[in-house]
Amino acid sequence: MVKIIIKNLKFWYGKKQVLDDINLLIENKKITALIGPSGCGKSTLLRCMNRMNDLISSSKIEGNLIYNNKDIHKDYEDVSILRKQIGMVFQKPNPFPMSIFENVSYGLRAAGIKDKEILKKIVEESLKRADLWDEVKDRLDSSAFSLSGGQQQRLCITRALAINPDVILLDEPCSALDPIATAKIEKLLIKLKDEMTIIIVTHNMHQARRISDKTIYMLDGKVIEYSETKSLFVKPKNKLTKDYINGEFG
Amino acid sequence: MFLVKGLKINKEKIIINIFLIVSVTTILILLGIFLFLFFTGIKTFNEISFKEIFFGTDWNPTAYGEPSWGILSLLVGTLIVTLGALIFAIPLGIASSIYLAEIASPKTREFLKPTIEMIAGIPSVVLGLIGIFFLSPLIAGLFGLSNGLNGLIASFIVGIMILPTIISVSEDVLISLPKEFNEASLALGATKWQTIKMTLIPAALSGIGGAIMLGLGRAVGETMAVLMVAGNSRGMPTSILDPVRPITANIAIEIKEVVSGSLHYEALFLLGLILFVITFCVNVISEIIINKQTKKYKW
Repeated sequence: MVKIIIKNLKFWYGKKQVLDDINLLIENKKITALIGPSGCGKSTLLRCMNRMNDLISSSKIEGNLIYNNKDIHKDYEDVSILRKQIGMVFQKPNPFPMSIFENVSYGLRAAGIKDKEILKKIVEESLKRADLWDEVKDRLDSSAFSLSGGQQQRLCITRALAINPDVILLDEPCSALDPIATAKIEKLLIKLKDEMTIIIVTHNMHQARRISDKTIYMLDGKVIEYSETKSLFVKPKNKLTKDYINGEFG
Repeated sequence: MFLVKGLKINKEKIIINIFLIVSVTTILILLGIFLFLFFTGIKTFNEISFKEIFFGTDWNPTAYGEPSWGILSLLVGTLIVTLGALIFAIPLGIASSIYLAEIASPKTREFLKPTIEMIAGIPSVVLGLIGIFFLSPLIAGLFGLSNGLNGLIASFIVGIMILPTIISVSEDVLISLPKEFNEASLALGATKWQTIKMTLIPAALSGIGGAIMLGLGRAVGETMAVLMVAGNSRGMPTSILDPVRPITANIAIEIKEVVSGSLHYEALFLLGLILFVITFCVNVISEIIINKQTKKYKW
């Protein structure tokens, strides 16, 4: 089943074209990895999916992204509705300067939920889903900055989970973390893919190989190859892909 | 080769010493001003009790027979003008800084920010003139007063004068917040306004407090405009529509008529000392707050 359809997508920052004619079908309840060298447009593509690129005033977009039969750029007048369904986790852990509880309940409060009991219940559930509950249950009221980097990033994932998204976008979520913290997040993502569609940008090819079902290899704003992760890494069809995964460049 | 090298070192030494002398001189001059203010002002207590000065409500040093030295009505005057100015400037200042930092397009901001900062460049005497000729008749008419020069109009004029400080410091604080806060909040489905309300304002709160303190410091010390529009009656004000005489205005009015070295002269320096202590404390506190704020989110 297809979750997001990307048709003839082109994207510019000012005059610089970053994405060139992207056509993709993102599958439901799978982990799709986006790999490619720095500056190839993978983060930009990810940010098109929840319209974070709207924040950049000089950007221009052409083509369509279809999610649930709706055009992401044309059919969502209120972009906050879209972002409640397509959540995002960023490269650097970015908790709010608030308590752990307030961080996890942030999206719920923004959605207008005021009932303390409901908030408590969902915060607990979400922390349990993200396997963070046992580590923080005794200090929900302490600052999110008191957590380690890895815990902060899992808190950011929890925060995104709390509003029960349908799709979750991760932009190099482990690049600032050590291998142990990375392993915990990878385990969590594999667990979560039964419930939601996950798209992850990663610099780390081993990570893509370990956790993803499908892999997209991008270069210079174009999709070079898109296939099952196994076949892409074992038997790449395109020479460019082969060069990249063999470490010839990148 | 040797000579050239030696010359270079000498030149550098000379320049360093010049800068050292200049900065030490500045500090010495400031210290000198403070010491002069302190030792002249403090002499007042030789003749008049602490209690009479700080708890007396009647200030009349030139009264025939028995002069009185109570500064309470002057302090209340300063208080009315300062608080009035803050009540006017805080909501307006914070709202403008939020608009500039978070809502306005870069082009609008580039135009508006210098324009607002230009208000700070208007000589206070000009604002005083505007107050006297345009605002005071308006206020007199509005409230049915015989004379529109009072605490209200002084508050308003001083409020305008401190607006640029509050706006530009608050805006700097908001702009310097990590953009990650903004992104994280929007990505969780919060609207722009929710992001401002739930994340950005709480994160910037102490810095905005510092901006307000800076404005407060300026409001306490403002003289010329206040002198022109406050009405300057020495009586104890009972409402904001009464004419008031803040400490600054009082010093400016009376310094012309005192004999150097007289008790009245010393008392005016005591008033100056009190003002200095207030503004000094306010400025130090605001510096500390703003410094803490700017360091808080440096990862």
